[in-house]
Amino acid sequence: MTSAEFASLYQELILEQAALGHGRGDPADFHPQSHQVNPTCGDEITLGIRLAGDRVEEVRWDGRGCTISLASASLLAGIIDGSTTLEALGLIEDFRAVMRSRGQLELDEARFGDAVALNGVPRYVARVKCAMLAWVALEHSLVQASS
Amino acid sequence: MTTATASLSSAELAGIRADFPILAVRVNGRPLVYLDSAATAQKPLRVLDAEREFLEHRNAAVHRGAHSLAAEATEEFEEARGVVAAFIGATSDELVWTSNATEAINLVAYALSNAAFSARYGRLALHPGDDIVVTEREHHANLIPWHQLAQRTGVTLRYLPVDDDGTLRLDLLDEVVTERTRILAFAHVSNVTGTLAPVAELVARARKVGALVVLDACQAVPQLPFDVQALDVDFAVFSGHKLYGPTGIGALYGRRELLAALPPFLTGGSMITTVTMDDAEFLPPPQRFEAGTQRVSQAIALAEAVRYVQGIGMERIAAHGQALGARLAAGLAAIDNVRVIGVGERIGLASFDLVGIHAHDVGQFLDDRGIAVRVGHHCAQPLHRRLGLTASVRASVAVHTTDDEVDQLLGAVADAADFFRGAR
Repeated sequence: MTSAEFASLYQELILEQAALGHGRGDPADFHPQSHQVNPTCGDEITLGIRLAGDRVEEVRWDGRGCTISLASASLLAGIIDGSTTLEALGLIEDFRAVMRSRGQLELDEARFGDAVALNGVPRYVARVKCAMLAWVALEHSLVQASS
Repeated sequence: MTTATASLSSAELAGIRADFPILAVRVNGRPLVYLDSAATAQKPLRVLDAEREFLEHRNAAVHRGAHSLAAEATEEFEEARGVVAAFIGATSDELVWTSNATEAINLVAYALSNAAFSARYGRLALHPGDDIVVTEREHHANLIPWHQLAQRTGVTLRYLPVDDDGTLRLDLLDEVVTERTRILAFAHVSNVTGTLAPVAELVARARKVGALVVLDACQAVPQLPFDVQALDVDFAVFSGHKLYGPTGIGALYGRRELLAALPPFLTGGSMITTVTMDDAEFLPPPQRFEAGTQRVSQAIALAEAVRYVQGIGMERIAAHGQALGARLAAGLAAIDNVRVIGVGERIGLASFDLVGIHAHDVGQFLDDRGIAVRVGHHCAQPLHRRLGLTASVRASVAVHTTDDEVDQLLGAVADAADFFRGAR
């Protein structure tokens, strides 16, 4: 009853990740942190990081959002935990490029792992912001850490 | 609303649907089911034709120039004003063209604060100690201009709260609207709940304390017979694009003596009599509030949209919308875990929360079937927060909406619930 495009947007893995919420919890003790809001729907996320040297030891986030934004935050935590800040910034840059590509680019499985399930998002321009919300919060946190 | 009035027959509805070219569009391989008319209405062909026909044959700037086209355009522009004014029970000199309802509310708010700086137009100036009152269920367009006015003038902004259903707390009316209240601004029909405000009670209270009433009529004008005289309001605003007209045109109704007492908001060409290097004399309303080149083709097309709905009859359009609104609300309420927002008399509009499932996800599922609805906070964050929601899904009908389209939505919402719940 749903189209192939819709099925690729809402893959089982996306629905599972949204429900699982990897890294979800109280980010109060995680600094730097960033609060981001999607003004069109009022969705929000607070995401903090725990740094050990130049490594992001752990990402912790909490928020309200749609399946796509929650799944994206969960997948982000899975990828970013343990990466260096430089690696994290590179992943953010590449993730943004794919999301803005209107379906021309795809996430690389070797680097993004399960997050390739978000490859269905870019063709739905209105949903790119949902997928980006946690990544923008991570970027803002990393920028604060470096300044 | 008149329930006794006959709604539209199916033959008539088929004819109306043929008037709207966009209804032939397919979305995601499915026929478009457009249930977002409260955001913006689709346009009948004759409205598009009226605008194009004017631009092709009579286009000129109005209220300036003496050539034949300029005279003809001015005449047609003013005739359009008369048509739209009569449609809402006003006269031409009481109807100011604006870009939309948002600009109309800002016009009133800025004109009121400008009054404080004007010796000549100072009567309506606000002062610290005065109150402006809105309600907790206003669209941001009928809230933020008042925030800003309060901040500019040092007056206090207060609000009439809603209860857990989103219904206005009339029991608090006398406590909130007092002798200090200068302005009472509220929506005739909430753009979230689709339910009617008790206009008569609110206006009566405002009259008793000497406050001016500003009515946001955006959702009322396209769906209900609407008469500013019968409602006894001081100002009313609406947008043309929700009334099957073009974007970029809306209107402010103001009681004659109040418009005459207000200083302008925007100043410039076409709103003056005499200009020196130091000062200017302003024209009387409505021109005083219409600085710069006007939206001529849009005004003419809006008048055509008004003739279109008058041809069908607003009583019957109201009955049609009310029947569809009731079908929507009852059908949604019958689906497990659906919370319909708002109780009481409603137009053809219902917002709902599919508990535990985000509005964006529901909206995407509906879009996949070609069903267009609004998702989000509908520019009413305070009301959503009060109801414990971040976002909701809103379905709103138009004169061309059918029972079958409402039923398609209801079926799709039930399927969306299964789809997203099944995954958890």
